[in-house]
Amino acid sequence: MESIKSYKKELIIIGICGLLIGLFGALLVKFGNPKNMGFCIACFIRDTAGGLGLHTAAKVQYIRPEIIGLILGAFGISFIRKEFKPRGGSSPITRFVISFFVMVGCLMFLGCPLRMTLRIAGGDLNAIVGLVGFVAGILVGIVFLKRGFSLKRAYPQAPVEGGTMPAIQIVLLILLLAAPAFIYFSTEGPGASHAPIIISLCAGLIVGGMAQVSRLCMVGGIRDFVLFREKKLLFGFIILLAAAFIVNLCLGNFNPGFADQPVAHSDGLWNFMGMLLVGYGSVLLGGCPLRQLILSGEGNSDSAVTVLGLLVGAAFCHNFGLASSPDGVTFAGKIGVIIGLCVITVIALAYTKKNRV
Amino acid sequence: MIDTSGLSCPEPVIMVKKAMESGEDSYTVIADNRTAFENITRFAAHQGFGVSGEENDGVYTIRIERNK
Repeated sequence: MESIKSYKKELIIIGICGLLIGLFGALLVKFGNPKNMGFCIACFIRDTAGGLGLHTAAKVQYIRPEIIGLILGAFGISFIRKEFKPRGGSSPITRFVISFFVMVGCLMFLGCPLRMTLRIAGGDLNAIVGLVGFVAGILVGIVFLKRGFSLKRAYPQAPVEGGTMPAIQIVLLILLLAAPAFIYFSTEGPGASHAPIIISLCAGLIVGGMAQVSRLCMVGGIRDFVLFREKKLLFGFIILLAAAFIVNLCLGNFNPGFADQPVAHSDGLWNFMGMLLVGYGSVLLGGCPLRQLILSGEGNSDSAVTVLGLLVGAAFCHNFGLASSPDGVTFAGKIGVIIGLCVITVIALAYTKKNRV
Repeated sequence: MIDTSGLSCPEPVIMVKKAMESGEDSYTVIADNRTAFENITRFAAHQGFGVSGEENDGVYTIRIERNK
């Protein structure tokens, strides 16, 4: 008989996970990460893309050890818990396209759902506008889920397929530590602001392991509450927000307002639109960018492809001027978000009903 | 028999929810990962159903029965 976890135990685990992410999220800023950016999956994948020379925005180039840690932490814990299961084949290219546009949305807003939460915890009211867009996007995605949207089944794969993403992280870690001439390191801007490698890596490893155990997902919290009145993931989300808020208050990093927020802009409409795209796309992908990293560590090669979509999306955003900056949004970025909403809607329609499982 | 193998979140739970809406008294659900197993058993228990499950070589078989 397979044991069924008590609900209370599940809530305690996800509560601890939310607490740790909120705590580390706020503390990594203290150790040197950009403000309200202790963790940001989108920003850090973007910085890694820059570090590898996939884009040439000089201010955002650094192989972020947090990403390496998150994937390896999830890999290690899932391996120990016998949950490392190589699988894939669930519409990989479609997932790549969706995640490409999820990144376009993230870089319009300047943050992933996790950083959105950390921004709110730091008093950035623009992120509340983003949250409204995020929830709206999730609701749109849910309409398709209810009508039978599915990217179809994944199937078991060879161990090498599941182990490739963790192996790539080892290579990235070596490149970061060895710092050969072809790896870029920002000398100014957000990419130059970072905690010491060992601290970032350990924070990533711990959070990656905890997120694997707890299944924390920023999209899942709102999605499951709306669909099933299920509160577990939402509880993690709220604890995370509260923990980061309290640490920010203690460190003097809570500055409420819209104007002059760190690595943010105050264009309300496009903060909304960016996160609308992120919420919508992430629901179709089955989880937020953080969750995709964790699943890629568990051997899910569809999530690995999703992470690569985020990476390529980030490179495109900076090479073609789609990414926002504290100076504001760009025309190309607005076009990118609108195209993203259209493409994702076409995908949602194409995979709904007729492909019903 | 509801086979949720290989499907992304939250599709396994949606499949179970839709099956429950059909009004039958018992279901057998197959899941191929621990997350889906936890999500399905939690959902069914919260809906007031009796739940039991077993794992065999990575395949979870869940039995859900309406409490009478």
